Amino acid sequence: MSKRNPEYDFVWCPGCGDFGVRRALEFALQDYITEHEKPHSHNVIVAGIGCSGNMVHLIEGDQPFGIHGIHGRTLPIALGIKSSRPDLNTVIVAGDGDFLSIGAEHIGPAAQRNLDVTCVIMDNGVYGLTKGQSSPTSDIGMITTSTPHGKIEVPVSPLNHYLTVGVSYIASYYSSKPKILAKFIKEAMDHRGFSIVHVQSPCTTYNDTYDLLKGKPREGIPGLAWDIPDDHDPNDLSCALNLIQKPGIPLGLIYKMEGKTLEDRQQEIRNKVSEKTVESTLSEYLI
Amino acid sequence: MQKKDFVIRFAGEGGQGLVTSADALARAATSAGYFTQTFSTFPSQIMGGPASSQVRISTSPVLSSGDGVDVLVALNQYAYDHHEQDLVENGVTIYNAEEYTLPDGGNYFGIKADEIAKSTGNARAANMVTIGAVANLIDFSLTEVDNFIKKRFNRGRDNDSEIIRANIQSVRLGAEVASQSGFSVGKLDNPVKPDYEQIMVTGNSAISLGALSAGLDYYVGYPISPATTILVWMENNLIGSNKFAYQVSSEIESINAIIGAGYAGKKAMTATAGPGIALMSEGLGLAWMAEIPLVVVDVQRGGPATGLPTKSEQSDLFACMHPAHGDVKIPILAPGSVEECFYAAALAVNWAERYQGPVILMSEMAQADRGENIPKPNLDKIKVESRNVYSGDNGFKRYQSWDGTNELTPMPIPGGSGAYVANGSEHDEIGDTTHLPIHHIRLTERRFNKLKLLDGAHYEIENENSQLIISPWGSSKGPSREAYERLLDDNYDIGWIYSVALNPIPEEVFEALKKSKCVLVPELNYQGQWSSLLRQDGIKAQSIIKYDGTPFKPGELVKEITNIFDTVRKK
Ligand SMILES: Cc1ncc(C[n+]2csc(CCOP(=O)(O)OP(=O)(O)O)c2C)c(N)n1
Ligand code: SF4
Ligand SMILES: [Mg+2]
Repeated sequence: MSKRNPEYDFVWCPGCGDFGVRRALEFALQDYITEHEKPHSHNVIVAGIGCSGNMVHLIEGDQPFGIHGIHGRTLPIALGIKSSRPDLNTVIVAGDGDFLSIGAEHIGPAAQRNLDVTCVIMDNGVYGLTKGQSSPTSDIGMITTSTPHGKIEVPVSPLNHYLTVGVSYIASYYSSKPKILAKFIKEAMDHRGFSIVHVQSPCTTYNDTYDLLKGKPREGIPGLAWDIPDDHDPNDLSCALNLIQKPGIPLGLIYKMEGKTLEDRQQEIRNKVSEKTVESTLSEYLI
Repeated sequence: MQKKDFVIRFAGEGGQGLVTSADALARAATSAGYFTQTFSTFPSQIMGGPASSQVRISTSPVLSSGDGVDVLVALNQYAYDHHEQDLVENGVTIYNAEEYTLPDGGNYFGIKADEIAKSTGNARAANMVTIGAVANLIDFSLTEVDNFIKKRFNRGRDNDSEIIRANIQSVRLGAEVASQSGFSVGKLDNPVKPDYEQIMVTGNSAISLGALSAGLDYYVGYPISPATTILVWMENNLIGSNKFAYQVSSEIESINAIIGAGYAGKKAMTATAGPGIALMSEGLGLAWMAEIPLVVVDVQRGGPATGLPTKSEQSDLFACMHPAHGDVKIPILAPGSVEECFYAAALAVNWAERYQGPVILMSEMAQADRGENIPKPNLDKIKVESRNVYSGDNGFKRYQSWDGTNELTPMPIPGGSGAYVANGSEHDEIGDTTHLPIHHIRLTERRFNKLKLLDGAHYEIENENSQLIISPWGSSKGPSREAYERLLDDNYDIGWIYSVALNPIPEEVFEALKKSKCVLVPELNYQGQWSSLLRQDGIKAQSIIKYDGTPFKPGELVKEITNIFDTVRKK
């Protein structure tokens, strides 16, 4: 895959935010491998369905393992991988539709498990791949192909949602500064527990929000994105909740809490309950 | 009168120890050398509600729950009213005289089990009073019941001997009541004690044990009757380093988690019933498309939707064989006895590894919870097939064309060499998405060609040149086999073809079916699902259907089949 297959079906549109996210992910994967002295084959990318999920086929350089499954099911697939192979660095790449609409039912359970996987969510406020329908993060009133008269629901607040269901690492950023984004993705990989890096990744074709995010400083128009102040305490849940009530898109680490992971608790059971051979289990049924 | 087998049914309300009584009698009988099969019907409610549990005791392996009831223990009037018609001629009812009375003159007598048990000093031994009475009616050795009691209550506690004494006394007092009633339903032939070790298991435990014996590493599930007992079993027994058993939050999570585990190199399984199969269908398509080894067990119940959660039906065959959209035909193993459940589950795990894809094992409510004594499987003889793992250089083409003439390409495992993308979109050799016709043709053929690797499932072919062939599938095997043997004894020109594998059908079985003039398929669904699939393959098959939520009785089948013989003859 390092050499692009000319038969390959998919390319991102020029300017798509996912390009920047890809660079950030490549940096983070490389850093992780170098620091942990593991081969690239220990990275596994679990991809959602959408323009964003196609990331798994577009990574350049040394190739990680990948699985490109079905729409909305990255978290349960990652559960299967991580709970059976805790040694693997398991990273989800998915869009706002995949993760927060069809796949939303899996976020809560993954948080309660504190499943040690990293999610890189590319939020463009629209369904890109299916050509511009409204998504859970589209604004109310937004005109899309499926809401020609304006969207009639209020948008979900992903960060609020993650915090309240108990996700143990939450960062928010945008696609335009891959080097800094990479730092958060790598930190999320190193975090023991369920981590989400929620990235504003504009869709140049159906919902171009670059200007909105950055504003036009020279014309005095402020952007939606704002830096999280240095004195924010990410280890404090109420601070984190307060922080994200401020309108716009915060940039930086919002919340981080160390705690036991699913693997830790599973290991506690293994330590407590003695292992049985198949033969001894079978013998329990002897007449 | 000497008899080969008896059916004893305990009927009353859930929570009255019906299952415990049937199980105790079954265990006493198996220790004495008999073959037994228990069968229970449960209400959907948690507490109370009409329920029954029965045991069939025989001198030869028990194939079905039988036609009628020889001894009915009816703990309340409702139970008597609803089960009395199942009694055979000369069958006897023991009624609960503490609860109700019946007018003089019938084939019944009352017993005050609670009162009698109390008189022994152990109020909890009431079911032993009844068992004593039953033992007397079928002339079953009380010493064998005593032996069972001694084994059951020898728990290393101070009061063991007191409990044993009271239970044995209860049995005697119960037997005494029965003896005074003057009734008898005959005497069991003496058993021929098997000279091999036996285990007593339910169908669902046999499936669990079978999968474990083939090296299962990973199990997740979501509770649903009648598959829940497999989840509970795994949580208790699939423990150890690199093992994982876990309750997830839906069947959508189940299937996708075992896809993840299978992809990551593990032998992974889940179990569910029809509603779960429905939720898993997209995931099963992904496993087929991306070629991920895994096993899904479907313990069928009445459907569709929530349907009949505690009743028998074999109506998921269409849904299991073609669960996903698109061009798919999932391999199916459908064991037809508790013993076959064990071996089919082991084979399912092996098949998944061998052809690198999903396998469905189909069982059914009536087979899930019923207990049977079967020969203890010899683990040394269970073939454990391990995955052919890729270990060459990077740049491996996992999804090469494959026509079945050489060895199937190995599978890279994360952490090892040959990184690739397991892709649910159509792909090229290395797993990149493509819509080009050449790749869809190539890989569709590869996926179907791989089915050729799947052999080794049990089948039976007897008298295949007969006028009529009886060919059941899954849990209808037992009653069909009993009917077949009775018809043979009556000199009917009838043959038998049976296969645990429904997809792919073993070649010998397919040829035999193809040659048959008339194949009769007993199955528990309205549409005649298996016969219609057989007809698609040019086999002259028709179904004998039943869809009332209960399994076939051998006598019913004998009647239906003799009717068919009559019509054929008249033509
Ligand atoms: C079960 C199912 N329903 C619908 C689709 C069609 N579909 C493909 S991608 C997609 C939405 C993608 O949106 P998002 O996750 O935001 O990704 P983006 O393309 O915006 O990156 C949909 C609805 C599908 N593949 N599977
Ligand atoms: S449609 Fe939007 S999200 Fe998809 S590739 Fe184009 S710009 Fe990116
Ligand atoms: Mg999107």
